[in-house]
Amino acid sequence: MHQAQGTNIGTSKRMSVGEGGSAFAFAVLAFLSIVIAAKAHTAEYAFHAYLFAAASVAAVFAVGRLYMDRPATLPPLEIDGKPNYNMGPVKFATVAAMVWGIAGFLIGVIAALELAYPGLNGGLPWISFGRIRPLHTSAVIFAFGGNVLLATSFYVVQRTCQARLVGYVAPWFVILGYNFFIVVAGTGYLLGVTQSKEYAEPEWYADLWLTVVWVVYLLVYLGTIMRRKEPHIYVANWFYLAFILTIAVLHLGNNAAIPVSIFSAKSYIVWSGVQDAMVQWWYGHNAVGFFLTAGFLAIMYYFIPKKAERPVYSYRLSIVHFWALIFLYIWAGPHHLHYTALPDWAQTLGMTFSIILWMPSWGGMINGLMTLSGAWDKLRTDPVLRMMVVSVAFYGMATFEGPLMSVKAVNSLSHYTDWTIGHVHSGALGWVGFVSFGAVYCLVPWLWNKRELYSVKLVNWHFWIATIGIVLYISAMWVSGIMQGLMWRAYTKFGFLEYSFIETVEAMHPFYVVRALGGALFLVGALIMAFNLWMTVNSATVRAEKLALQPAE
Amino acid sequence: MSLMQKHAILEKNSLLLLIGILIVIAIGGLVEIVPLFYLKSTIEKVDGMRPYTPLELAGRNIYVREGCYNCHSQMIRPLRDEVERYGHYSLAAESMYDRPFQWGSKRTGPDLARVGGKYSDEWHRAHLNEPRSVVPGTVMPAYPWLARTELDYAHIADDLKVQSVLGVPYSVEMVTSAKADVAAQANADESVSTDLLKRYPKTQARDFDGDPKALTEADALIAYLQVLGTLVDFKLYNDKANIR
Repeated sequence: MHQAQGTNIGTSKRMSVGEGGSAFAFAVLAFLSIVIAAKAHTAEYAFHAYLFAAASVAAVFAVGRLYMDRPATLPPLEIDGKPNYNMGPVKFATVAAMVWGIAGFLIGVIAALELAYPGLNGGLPWISFGRIRPLHTSAVIFAFGGNVLLATSFYVVQRTCQARLVGYVAPWFVILGYNFFIVVAGTGYLLGVTQSKEYAEPEWYADLWLTVVWVVYLLVYLGTIMRRKEPHIYVANWFYLAFILTIAVLHLGNNAAIPVSIFSAKSYIVWSGVQDAMVQWWYGHNAVGFFLTAGFLAIMYYFIPKKAERPVYSYRLSIVHFWALIFLYIWAGPHHLHYTALPDWAQTLGMTFSIILWMPSWGGMINGLMTLSGAWDKLRTDPVLRMMVVSVAFYGMATFEGPLMSVKAVNSLSHYTDWTIGHVHSGALGWVGFVSFGAVYCLVPWLWNKRELYSVKLVNWHFWIATIGIVLYISAMWVSGIMQGLMWRAYTKFGFLEYSFIETVEAMHPFYVVRALGGALFLVGALIMAFNLWMTVNSATVRAEKLALQPAE
Repeated sequence: MSLMQKHAILEKNSLLLLIGILIVIAIGGLVEIVPLFYLKSTIEKVDGMRPYTPLELAGRNIYVREGCYNCHSQMIRPLRDEVERYGHYSLAAESMYDRPFQWGSKRTGPDLARVGGKYSDEWHRAHLNEPRSVVPGTVMPAYPWLARTELDYAHIADDLKVQSVLGVPYSVEMVTSAKADVAAQANADESVSTDLLKRYPKTQARDFDGDPKALTEADALIAYLQVLGTLVDFKLYNDKANIR
């Protein structure tokens, strides 16, 4: 595709390989989907097959229109010696991230309320807790977080490499294809289509689709790096690259399944029992390590220096941080399986590496925080920067708590309780959420060519409401988790278990209410943000200098 | 040339960087996962484990579909309070035919690894239909649609076939008689199930959902719940034999 770009000047208009190839592939997929829909074993699977068919037909038309509407030549790589950045896909992913984020937070609040007030689903299968809990986790991790990563990675790789994204159709295919995966996964959960592997619930056909999208993502990303003008690859790109590559490896390993039939949504995983458990948490923990950490550390390494207008604190520390983090993270999975039927040697390895992991995690935190050296005063005046700095502080807190909880003695108390949920949310809301909000607050004025955000005051409101929400959420979960763990193991003086299980459930109620309140505050913050961004995009102010003229990083 | 200068080689070559990342991230996973497939001590030798009957498997798939694993673990840890609350700690062998595993990660509700035989079918029916009718303080959602929905087992033989390809010891006979076995296990008439019992020892065959006329999803799910943790006889199991 990219050879074709800009080379056929003066010749008659021709379809590029990307346009022709993708139109053909989608036509084939549309046909295949209709055949499968007609013979599907279940109505749910037929629905998904029709969804694939409709999307494929729409894609053929979209590619056709793209071809009809463009001039004879593909967009040039440079205009007047300046890179001609491709920001359309970045804009789309930014908007998608906000939409999915709000949806995901809302579903989280509903799930939390269902635990506080059971029966809230009104006897409806589609929104019972067991089905919307994966909907919530996937919506916030993969739909919100995923779109933030797509948007920022495509932005950062272009700016730091001074190069236009590779491909004409390909970047759009990555963004739209990924969001289509989200739709298939999400509707699947509501309809009960799941393989029950946590954070990897989508069934085989959704997994296959994601694999294709992800390979194209890697190629576009890598291809753009190869177009760079600078000899050195900027540190944020190392982290994005590690994230994209490792997620591909994990996805393939954990979703190795054989479908019952091509006409059935059901599949069976090739691993079983104890091996499946190990593979699952090798995947599950590194979805945290590479999706929710490495990817967002890349955001930290680009947006914090940019916003603080200071260079990254230490180049050496970046190198040590990077290699140590990606090497050590992979080992930590077995700490999800302490005291289970997983062999002890594997549990011990998992615990040991989880504790060592504390070091690179804090190395990264220090590198992020110390980047503000000489610019700390900005925290008073710039709430966007404050949000990102607080996110790094939450990262430090969560990555201290994690190794602590991976110690077997601590884990024997914390495992299976809400403490884990609290830990996850201090990382997810505090670190991933805040650093994403910070990045999107930066991106929107840059992408839409606006001088500044509509209201800095509203960012302040968002920051404080969301922070109070997080504090309520995590402290409620700490108390309920530790309390439940202690109640489970409490003995009377006669040597009997003191509490029946249901007594420990009933004791959770007030904390579940507080947790829902905390989540609701976080949601309110995101709504304020969406309003602020909407007003920013629709404001009349225009940036003085054009995006392409800004100095290189 | 210092180490930091050597690093410039990786920073300047995207493919070398990519390969470097791949090597570094592969090590931990390989060391922790691969030995589990060949170390004999990974899975204990026990008597009594058998693959799920077709009805139990269909029930298990409903357990997966409804996301029960989000709130219920199936993994009793060897801790004093857990063993007293739930029974003998779980063995790796007990989930050797589980695809995917259902150990879970959260106990919003109690562990279910040994729930089989703990409650009557009638209790399960009432509990699934409206949990608060039998456990007033519970936060579990109600599953009234299970008893109303006919079990779809038209393709259950395909499920067994795929599992047998993956290494679960389902014989050809088990695959071909899968559909008949579903009906036989959910039947109150004992004479129907003799063949079933030969194929799947210790199988509990009866009408689980209290409605002999209909074969519902509740039949399948309760059959699955009632077999959990019952296959290994811990009166005969020697704890010391499998010290790992």
